[in-house]
Amino acid sequence: MALLASLRRTGGIGLKRGGLFTREIQSFSLPELSYEYSALEPVISGEIMSLHHQKHHQAYVTNYNKALEQLEEASANKNSEAIVSLQSAVKFNGGDNYEGSVYESPGHINHSVFWKNLAPVKEGGGEAPNGGLAKAIDTQFGSLNALIVKMNAVGAALQGSGWVWLGLNKDLKSLIVETTPNQDPLVTKGLLPLLGIDVWEHAYYLQGYFCCSEC
Amino acid sequence: MMTLLQKPCFIQHMPLHTSISSTKMKGAVRKTWTNLLTVAQFGLKDPPYKLDALEPYISHRSLEVHWGKHHRGYLDNLNKQIEGTTLQGYTLEELIKVTYNNGNPMPAFSNAAQLILSRDLVTLLIWIHNSLLKMIWKRHKRFGTDMETQLKDWKQVWNHDFFWECMEPGGGKECTGEILEFIERDFKSYDMFLEEFKQAAATQFGSGWVWLVVKDRKLAVEKSTNAVNPLVWGHMPLLTLDVWEHSYYLDYQNRRADYISVFMDKLVSWEAVNCRLGRVKAFVNLREPAVPYT
Repeated sequence: MALLASLRRTGGIGLKRGGLFTREIQSFSLPELSYEYSALEPVISGEIMSLHHQKHHQAYVTNYNKALEQLEEASANKNSEAIVSLQSAVKFNGGDNYEGSVYESPGHINHSVFWKNLAPVKEGGGEAPNGGLAKAIDTQFGSLNALIVKMNAVGAALQGSGWVWLGLNKDLKSLIVETTPNQDPLVTKGLLPLLGIDVWEHAYYLQGYFCCSEC
Repeated sequence: MMTLLQKPCFIQHMPLHTSISSTKMKGAVRKTWTNLLTVAQFGLKDPPYKLDALEPYISHRSLEVHWGKHHRGYLDNLNKQIEGTTLQGYTLEELIKVTYNNGNPMPAFSNAAQLILSRDLVTLLIWIHNSLLKMIWKRHKRFGTDMETQLKDWKQVWNHDFFWECMEPGGGKECTGEILEFIERDFKSYDMFLEEFKQAAATQFGSGWVWLVVKDRKLAVEKSTNAVNPLVWGHMPLLTLDVWEHSYYLDYQNRRADYISVFMDKLVSWEAVNCRLGRVKAFVNLREPAVPYT
């Protein structure tokens, strides 16, 4: 089903032949940041921001587009071996197709969410949350500080590369702190991502934080 | 000669006069048992060259952080976590296999320190001493259940020890010796091996290692995630490259491909690989069995 779903495009109308939609594959582009690379200093250096955005995130987007093209070609040629081997590349760079997220892509989407999670101090970055989120945090974790301590501990304990998340369990209506390895999206754990922290080493290493718990 | 062995930096002797008493409470008995063990703290082994010896390919700063912070961190955690547990008497091979748990790694596994004991007499005596104690302990059916202890960093200590020895100042010389013969036998040519090794290193998603191993009497290229090493699969490593981002980020940032090329062209120590191959041949026959003619 993932294969069929991955051939669909968001919106638009295509020819329908026996249930298989054969349309053009949409290509993705690197989203712009709403702030300058240096705007998050001294917390995150401009050097890290530009590398992270222009090199790492761009690489995910580029490789995802390439994998999608190759997948389209393999499907057209009915090359099932290539299709299977490309699925993991699509998942890592972009993503397999998850319910409700047509064309959503972990490596690409995780970073897209990440940039939006950050803001310069003058635009409210670092301020405590208010409203419903603040209340939910206090109810679930006791206080914002307790949540921060928990996310630090969980993030520091992550082995290898991955992400730390504050996620929402929609059914139980509760906030959960969870981790995912590599670029696996939080939906694999059945949660909706609210806040994600990239704890791949590339996200902090150049700033002299050699262990992710330091930052 | 390069050695895979590392001697413990000091041996901590516990008093031998304490005896096991069956009338004591379980916790006290366990403590008594561990008091009888002669235990070792593992020490941080220096790379076989100075920290600036691999310049300009790996900077002094990068090696200082990689060895001095990451490798040291794994080791410190290791010593902290085995202290006072029954696992202190284990060899690292035993620990690594136990915590790998046939592919369902316990929380301990990712930090497994596999320190290969030197086969010298002192260590042999310690091993015999501890093994006898374990036998007695099992007979009393009070063997510790510390397998589930949260042990980390086991593997990374061994992996890093192994990795430093894979490099040498002025390395990257032409591959020669017996290893070349086996590479040409099992990969068709050195260039094909190089291509496969580089490809595996470049495509290891996230953190991990890439290895040249002996597997089923042949050479093979393998990659592993995080801290896994091929010993848990019963394969014998000859060469490794660390592709965790911390190993190249200070010098190469996101350019992992450049780091891999530099490692193979300027740093790799084929002498070390040949030495390891010599040791592996003591355990495994890599050629067809020679049937003597009468």
